[in-house]
Amino acid sequence: MIRINCPFCGERDHSEFSYGGDATIVYPELDASVEDWHEAIFMRENIRGMQSETWHHANGCRMWLVVERDTMTHEVKSVKPAHESYSKVLVEEKP
Amino acid sequence: MSAKRLLHGGRIDREQPLRFSWDGGNMTGYAGDSLASALMANGETVLGRSFKYHRPRGIMSAGVEESGAMVTVGEGNRRDPNVKAATQELYNGLVATGQNAWPNVRFDVGAVNSLFGRFFSAGFYYKTFMGLPPFEWGKGTGLWMQYEKIIRKAAGMGVASREDDPDVYDHAHGYCDLLVVGSGPTGLSAALTAAKAGLDVLLVEQNSELGGDLLNQPVNQSEKQRLNFVSKLEKAGVRIMTRTTAFGLYDNGVAGLLERVTDHLLSPDRHLPRHRFWTIRPRQTILACGALERTVAFGNNDRPGVMTAAAGRAYLNRYGVLPGQKIVVATNNDSAYVVAAELAEAGAEVSLLEARSEISESAMALVGNNGVNLHTRSAPLHVRGSGSVNALDVAVESNSGWSAHGAEPCDLVLVSGGWSPVVHLMSHRGIRPEWNAEQACFVAPANIEEPMYIAGSAAAVWNTDDCMKSGESAALKVLKALGSKARQKKAPVAGGWDTPIKPLYEVKVPGRYLKSFVDPQHDVTCDDVRLAHREGFVSVEHLKRYTTLGMATDGGKVGNIIGLALMADAQGKDIPEVGTTTFRPPYTPVSIGALKGRNVDEHFRPLRRTPMHTWNLEHGATMTMAGLWHRPWYFARQGEGISEAYVRETETTRRTVGLCDVTSLGKIAIQGPDATEFLNRIYTNPFAKLPIGKARYGIMLRDDGIVMDDGTTWRLSEADYFMTTTTAHAGKVMVWLEELLQTRWQDLRVHVTSVSEQWAGSAVAGPKSREVLEACVEDAAVMPNDVFPFMGVIETTLKGGIPCRIARISFSGEMAFEVYVPSDYASALMELLWAVAEPLDGCLYGLEALGAMRIEKGHVTGAELDGRVTIDDAGLGKMASPNKSFIGSAMRNRPELMREDRPRLVGIKPKNTSQTFNAGAILCAQDKVSGLGEGWITAVTHSPALGHWIGLGFISSGHEAWEGKTVIAADPVRKGNIEVEIISPHMYDPSGEKMYG
Amino acid sequence: MTRYSAWAVFKNGFSGQKNWDRQWRDPEPKKEYDVVIVGAGLHGLATAYYLAKNHGIKNIAVLEKGWLGGGNAGRNTTIVRSNYMMPGNRDFYEHSLKLWEELSHELNYNVMFSQRHHVSLVHTPGARDAAARRYNTMRLTGSDGDLWDLDTLKREIPHLNYNSARFPIFGAAVQKRAGSARHDAVAWGYARGADMQGVDIIQNCEVTGVSREDGRVTALDTTRGRIGAKKVGFAVAGNTSRLWQMAGLGKLPIESHKLQAFVSEPLKPLLDHVVVYGVGGAHFYISQSDKGGMVFGGDLDWYKSYAQRGNLPMVQDVAECATAIMPCLGRVRLLRHWSGVMDMSMDGSAFICKTPLENLYLNGGWNYGGFKASPGSGWYFADLIANDRPDSVIEHFDLGRFKRGVIIDERGAGPDPKLHG
Repeated sequence: MIRINCPFCGERDHSEFSYGGDATIVYPELDASVEDWHEAIFMRENIRGMQSETWHHANGCRMWLVVERDTMTHEVKSVKPAHESYSKVLVEEKP
Repeated sequence: MSAKRLLHGGRIDREQPLRFSWDGGNMTGYAGDSLASALMANGETVLGRSFKYHRPRGIMSAGVEESGAMVTVGEGNRRDPNVKAATQELYNGLVATGQNAWPNVRFDVGAVNSLFGRFFSAGFYYKTFMGLPPFEWGKGTGLWMQYEKIIRKAAGMGVASREDDPDVYDHAHGYCDLLVVGSGPTGLSAALTAAKAGLDVLLVEQNSELGGDLLNQPVNQSEKQRLNFVSKLEKAGVRIMTRTTAFGLYDNGVAGLLERVTDHLLSPDRHLPRHRFWTIRPRQTILACGALERTVAFGNNDRPGVMTAAAGRAYLNRYGVLPGQKIVVATNNDSAYVVAAELAEAGAEVSLLEARSEISESAMALVGNNGVNLHTRSAPLHVRGSGSVNALDVAVESNSGWSAHGAEPCDLVLVSGGWSPVVHLMSHRGIRPEWNAEQACFVAPANIEEPMYIAGSAAAVWNTDDCMKSGESAALKVLKALGSKARQKKAPVAGGWDTPIKPLYEVKVPGRYLKSFVDPQHDVTCDDVRLAHREGFVSVEHLKRYTTLGMATDGGKVGNIIGLALMADAQGKDIPEVGTTTFRPPYTPVSIGALKGRNVDEHFRPLRRTPMHTWNLEHGATMTMAGLWHRPWYFARQGEGISEAYVRETETTRRTVGLCDVTSLGKIAIQGPDATEFLNRIYTNPFAKLPIGKARYGIMLRDDGIVMDDGTTWRLSEADYFMTTTTAHAGKVMVWLEELLQTRWQDLRVHVTSVSEQWAGSAVAGPKSREVLEACVEDAAVMPNDVFPFMGVIETTLKGGIPCRIARISFSGEMAFEVYVPSDYASALMELLWAVAEPLDGCLYGLEALGAMRIEKGHVTGAELDGRVTIDDAGLGKMASPNKSFIGSAMRNRPELMREDRPRLVGIKPKNTSQTFNAGAILCAQDKVSGLGEGWITAVTHSPALGHWIGLGFISSGHEAWEGKTVIAADPVRKGNIEVEIISPHMYDPSGEKMYG
Repeated sequence: MTRYSAWAVFKNGFSGQKNWDRQWRDPEPKKEYDVVIVGAGLHGLATAYYLAKNHGIKNIAVLEKGWLGGGNAGRNTTIVRSNYMMPGNRDFYEHSLKLWEELSHELNYNVMFSQRHHVSLVHTPGARDAAARRYNTMRLTGSDGDLWDLDTLKREIPHLNYNSARFPIFGAAVQKRAGSARHDAVAWGYARGADMQGVDIIQNCEVTGVSREDGRVTALDTTRGRIGAKKVGFAVAGNTSRLWQMAGLGKLPIESHKLQAFVSEPLKPLLDHVVVYGVGGAHFYISQSDKGGMVFGGDLDWYKSYAQRGNLPMVQDVAECATAIMPCLGRVRLLRHWSGVMDMSMDGSAFICKTPLENLYLNGGWNYGGFKASPGSGWYFADLIANDRPDSVIEHFDLGRFKRGVIIDERGAGPDPKLHG
């Protein structure tokens, strides 16, 4: 069981969350080219090791989180809200 | 084997006799017996038949490693096949039968297989059964499948019940600081040390009592110590779970436990679950799972009456059964001496075959004074006897290897080939054990990067006292890891025997053919391992798969190491060079029932009902499944079936008025200063200028430009929108909006809230719909066409003070409204509407009529929007604004998606209008009714308005391209092909005047 | 090399099984090969086999980092079917099924392909219609497919949950030629067949680097030395991205996910068909092996992973799915569960295609479909490598299809790899 320490709810089983995908993808502007969108939507680095990924606390606070997790060992290194403003308040500026 | 129950001793209660039956015969055992010990005491020897050769098999062990005495327990719908007799507690009324044999295990016709044993070597079935013998003539799979039928019947072990399992099971969850697996001396001491230091400790034991190996020691030696431990544990607050197996370790140290609650009871309290599946999330774990004794491969080592030495000790000391009268104990290590001594004390005649040449004085002292005949440099070679042991051919070792050296008459052979620490749970975590050559076993590696410690004989520490120290030391390490400043103590190192073990895996002599088993349950012999090697299956994984070694229900607990050693020998390598074995969960088999818990039958998945569910039922609804929802399908009147009902509902709605529960639609509140901008980005059509008090139909695409969902969004105020989604995609759209706002578009000041459950809704459709609503609202002035036109939205109050929001939108194609009220008012809403609609000759309608009307109108639903369809394909291309960018606007322009000849939404009618046809039929050109076709039919209905059957579907290039042509709707899986015409999808009121009027 | 037959088994019975040869050699790698296939799984071995057999190329090596057939070849639930309907997929899987039907004879190795019917349950009229579209397409393209009504289904499989199911069973869509096979035997059969034609199968030979020159692969660095190659094919589903990056080619439309598989204790025959269903978010498939174990599985673990270990929530979910459809399974005991790493692609369909490097070819992205696809995959991949152009059947199995907008998404799930189970 992967345990994810949700910044809003505390540590929970991964079954409360749903996996999103690669958190490093930068989605282009809506009017960007097919090329750019193709890269964002279809192409994946598919890291074997520590990767930054999104999870949605679907059966909890409904917040999207960015989780650093090892795809080989499933070890979770860090969790923060995907939204930068929340992240600032809850994680980065936390005493 | 001529076992007998002793008059004294053991942990059984002779005051509590238990009646049970074996293969129809009545027998008696005692409280505290296992099924195996009771059968043994009743003189039963042959308890099972092997997988392939149907060789007679008896009790081989006293625990979970059992691979001989597999029986079926229980009857009827509570029949459990493949039960290890050694782990089944005896209870009054237990019914056990033999399995994998006909007519019974003692005389089994299938034993004829063993006559052909010479042909049935490992993997022989890959080399034949393909075609007609002898040279496999023929083609295809026909002959194989004939052979297969026979093979399937012969394979398998027990017979499972086909009836529904009547028992209930539970899921439970738990947390602890420390999980201790195993309650032998190691686990007891670890648990006590940790609990005394204040940790919350959970101690799990697969057996019915705590004690582990202490239970196998003479009661007068160990019982006081054991009870003392137990009372201290209780005092220290250790949570104890017996009859509970930690069957697997998973990520983050999470353990899966199986608690067997009632398997030892005949008629348990019906409120008790049979098993409980626990998910435990410990901070740390100590594996004190002990070690399992290995056997040695020698001729006929699978005969009933050949057991591990430890098993002999368990039956004697725990169950009060002297398992044989004339016993040969064969060993290569110190552990069997005490067994030999105790058996001799109990009255058996004991010979001890010692593979080593030197033994220590203390070992000598154990067997010196009780008549045990000790033969050094000796080993078992071959068992004589078939259903039991008559004698053992002995081998002695000289400089040139083993040679035969006479026979020892006996009725029981006890073997100790060394001990294998139980490293299974560690192995589940992907940690590879390492070979310890001195102790001849696999042990845990020195550093484990998991919150886990391995102690006691699971770490190859052999002595009871050392095990306790090992447990204590592990507990101190746990304390340290959890931040306590506990003073550490050095853990005892692996070992503890006076004289080193002499590795011994197989005994054979030149020139003599022996049937020596490595994995008895699957009939894997030493020769099979060598054959595998000869054929190139040299890796452990290949060996395992080719010979099926270790794949039986004991999971290779006894045989794996021998197989590995033989493979190493064949390759001329050391064991660690050949590899290790990977154990996969579960440690012992787990009932599927326990894993599923209570989530069965109607509880398999949640059932969603709308707040007017009861009201609908009271008014005659027949329900149907829509995802997780139950929704009204149709409202049959007297004498009507579904066909009559939906046609009437459609016809009535189009003529007067119909009401339909639309609560299951997804509803999302979209609020905030940037809500308009947000909607404008997610919908293909413009939302920037939607006035307050208006609704708009919108389509959203996925990133890849394919249609995701559609629905209406209502503007309630400047920064407050109410979005509806399809029932099917309500959850998905919600997640999607949250994702966009929290990840991609963090600058947008918008909040989305799912309000699906807060609002209940009804469609009011038909020419008299406004009349109905006028009578229901408190202020009828809000209803006239000029103040409440098509796509208008109002928030008002219904009679009785019910707050509501209404939009004038239409799925049916009639003048229609969707009325939403807070869910608590759902029934009140329906009462109110129905009180007016019924006297107007209105109706209630369900999904079938809803479907009929939307097909007539050419409105798309999930049947059309199947995740591969573009907005243009669906005939809604005009809704994709050319003047703005939106999600999917870039990718919808990919070349293949822009092709003119893509399948487009069309209407379909039968050429002969008296004919019906089916959704799922393939549309083909008249001259080519084969291949992938030109399109397909997604939905069909009888159209009361048109008087014949119609359908929706897709066909290449759209309806214009097929005008005037006959098309074949091919439906070979049902009723064949019919001729159809392709028409516009807008088949009813194409100008929409009914809707606007 | 001995030809396998009842006669050979009989003869060996009298010689103590001493006269069987190695099923494949254990050669030292040569300096260079005409074709090097990376990955001795089912696809790689089949490719080598058909390269030699169909195209006369003999100087071939198959490199395997561990033991042949040790990856997903032995980690699947052994189902073989061709109920695909999208252009390309339809012909591809049908061809594969036809190869399966003759595979034991072709390889002289009993792969135990048992055409015991693939029975896909349907629970609603809408699901029946969707199945009808698929099975009609199969029929019209020369395959077999039937719809069973509830009565037929009850007669064929009486012990499904017809009384108290949360999602009542409505009927089934059936492919009679589909079934299951013995997965390991397929790997060994292809390995033996390829080896007999001179293919070098080199085990314990992990590729550690890909040498490139002028847009071509020149050699592969391996744990057993540098191996030159005129043409190179990757067939390492589960780890495709890693090798791709080793070749300096960047990203792929693939994510690696893990899928668990389960087997019960051996039982006397309890289920004679392959039974599959998906409803209410559940997804489940089960059959009984010839040894008697119930072999079953469900969804992915839902998060990206390269670990060959699963977690409990999906174990629990699959057990629920099992008993939801076959209530008698509650008393049956799970013997083992394990997991394999899948190449999940962006549309659930595979890749057999050329790459940005002139002499490098890709085979991957098999999602859940890899086992059944293996003969066809080997067949068309060999054809691609030998002729340096894709057959029209695999025209859309290329990496460029997403840019072109080709939709061969059997589920319509869209570009989210985890949804294509």
